[in-house]
Amino acid sequence: MIRLEGVTRTYEVGGRPVHALAGVDLEVAGGEYVSIMGPSGSGKSTLLSILGCLDRPTGGTYRLRGADVGRLGEDELARVRRNDVGFVFQSFHLVPRLTALENVELPMVLAGLPRAERTRRAEAALGAVGLADRAPHRPEQLSGGERQRVCIARAVVLRPSILLADEPTGNLDSASGNEVIGLLESLNREGLTLLVVTHDEAIGRRARRRVRLLDGRVVGTAPEGAP
Amino acid sequence: MSLLDVLRFAGTALVGHRLRTGLSLLGVAVGVAAVILLTSLGEGARRYVTGEFALMGSNLLIVVPGKTETTGTLPLVGGTTHDLTLADVEALERRVSGVVRAAGLTVGSATARAGELSRDVTVAGTTAEWKPLRRLTLRAGQFLPAGRPEEAPRVCVVGARVASELFPGRNPLGELLRLGDERFRVIGVLTARGVSLGLDLDEVVLVPAVQALRMFDRTSLFRVLVEMRHPADLAPGKTSVLHVLKERHGGEEDVTVFTQDAVVSTLGTILGMLTLVLGGIAAVSLAVAGVGIMNVMLVSVSERTREVGLLLALGAARRQVLRLFLAEAALLSTAGGAAGLLIGLGGARAVRALFPAFPVAPPAWAVAAAVALSVAVGLVFGVLPARQAARLEPVAALARR
Ligand SMILES: Nc1ncnc2c1ncn2[C@@H]1O[C@H](COP(=O)(O)OP(=O)(O)O)[C@@H](O)[C@H]1O
Ligand SMILES: [Mg+2]
Repeated sequence: MIRLEGVTRTYEVGGRPVHALAGVDLEVAGGEYVSIMGPSGSGKSTLLSILGCLDRPTGGTYRLRGADVGRLGEDELARVRRNDVGFVFQSFHLVPRLTALENVELPMVLAGLPRAERTRRAEAALGAVGLADRAPHRPEQLSGGERQRVCIARAVVLRPSILLADEPTGNLDSASGNEVIGLLESLNREGLTLLVVTHDEAIGRRARRRVRLLDGRVVGTAPEGAP
Repeated sequence: MSLLDVLRFAGTALVGHRLRTGLSLLGVAVGVAAVILLTSLGEGARRYVTGEFALMGSNLLIVVPGKTETTGTLPLVGGTTHDLTLADVEALERRVSGVVRAAGLTVGSATARAGELSRDVTVAGTTAEWKPLRRLTLRAGQFLPAGRPEEAPRVCVVGARVASELFPGRNPLGELLRLGDERFRVIGVLTARGVSLGLDLDEVVLVPAVQALRMFDRTSLFRVLVEMRHPADLAPGKTSVLHVLKERHGGEEDVTVFTQDAVVSTLGTILGMLTLVLGGIAAVSLAVAGVGIMNVMLVSVSERTREVGLLLALGAARRQVLRLFLAEAALLSTAGGAAGLLIGLGGARAVRALFPAFPVAPPAWAVAAAVALSVAVGLVFGVLPARQAARLEPVAALARR
């Protein structure tokens, strides 16, 4: 499903190159559950952005279901983001003036789905994350855990094949963090490919496969059960 | 993404910032209202003036003693300037073809007395022809009698206010009115009409021209008005008037002839220009409002950078982001334009209610232009901020604090 070969991402800072990713090789099969760990600044977010087509590699190749993402145009990348990838962010990124239901509807609005279908699917998605009764609430009226569950509903409402979560529990207490992780894992059990960036060793260990980054390089992948 | 969805999303963003939205809306509204009100006033002035001239009667030639060179305003006097007399008027009526009627006019002021009461009035000396020429109507009695002007009797027609103030509660017809040392019998009362062409017809006393000339010790008329049958008669009529008077004045061209339509159309053109200039000045305020919209939209884009990042992450094409912010600017200016339209039309209506004599009317072209301009302003000044939003890089936009 996902295949990175020698992927680099270099920023110019004050005329000097900063290698956020310095040659990453990674392969992820459909339906896998992968955690990505590493110290701050090691390139975890950059990697996730590239996987989700929010950013392009400066070197190497990224194939998503066989297609070379580097060769896709802006519009095709937008379509990949819309249909194939769902994002969950540490800081939620909910639109504050919209209700929970409207936030979940947003990707379908952008996709041009008819209104009735949007409402129906958004309600179903909110129901699936246990927030049916919070539909008319605005983000500020929701707890952190509830907000993140709204984000998950929004990320999966268009049925993507990959879910990318960048420190989804970073702003949550451990109880609601566990709830969110449990929700992500249940989606993975239904077949969604799940990649979770996390600082939390305990959460990272739950994944069947762990990728460890250091200074923009993969320094180890551990299969299930390994220390 | 349907247009309705675009507008709805843009609408939620505007509603989210009531004060800011309200203020930039106000800017556009003021601009549009100003265009409508100022052009209404200009158009009102044009209608007022041309309406006044229409009341004076159409197809008029106006003869003024003294020769006005086109290059200057001083009458060029070659020898003596001959008087413009009642005999001249008669000759014009007889000899210029296409003439319907002609009337001489002389104007002065005097104190009018009736019994114990007195007031200052404007005395206009003229002939019977003046009534149809100026489209005058009488409230009572009759106008100055026709017949040989040199033998006109000592009678007068009084304006409405003169009648009510000098003959309160009485019928002035048949009463005597003293103008200076002379006594005139009142034979008619004018219908109230107010100021027309600089003459307050309610404060006037009309007497036969020959009496007025004697009273003011004058020999020359102040003006002669010649009404032609047809607009096409004006140009040959003018030549003919000049010719007849030159012959009668010893071969000297010592009068100036204006055609009324030339005066009207010149004034009309000037006032039309004025309207346009007023509209243009007001349109500048619309441009200023546009800059205001741009400002608000730039703030909005920079405030909502993270939201743009989110939209891109959710699969929005850059085109869609552009459209969303453009729609927001267009909504702002359109709503402002609609508010301005209501204010402008309401204001014009209020002015008309306060000053019924002044025909304030918003010209259709100005209303259409103001509304179209307000929408255009939103789109034009919204482009820059919208492009800025559409050009954001998703990762950087999402990371913005
Ligand atoms: N826009 C940028 N410009 C310059 N350097 C950047 C930019 N974004 C990220 N970096 C650098 O790339 C490296 C990796 O960043 P990131 O992927 O956010 O790390 P992590 O998510 O693992 O904390 C860091 O050293 C960071 O400073
Ligand atoms: Mg990070």
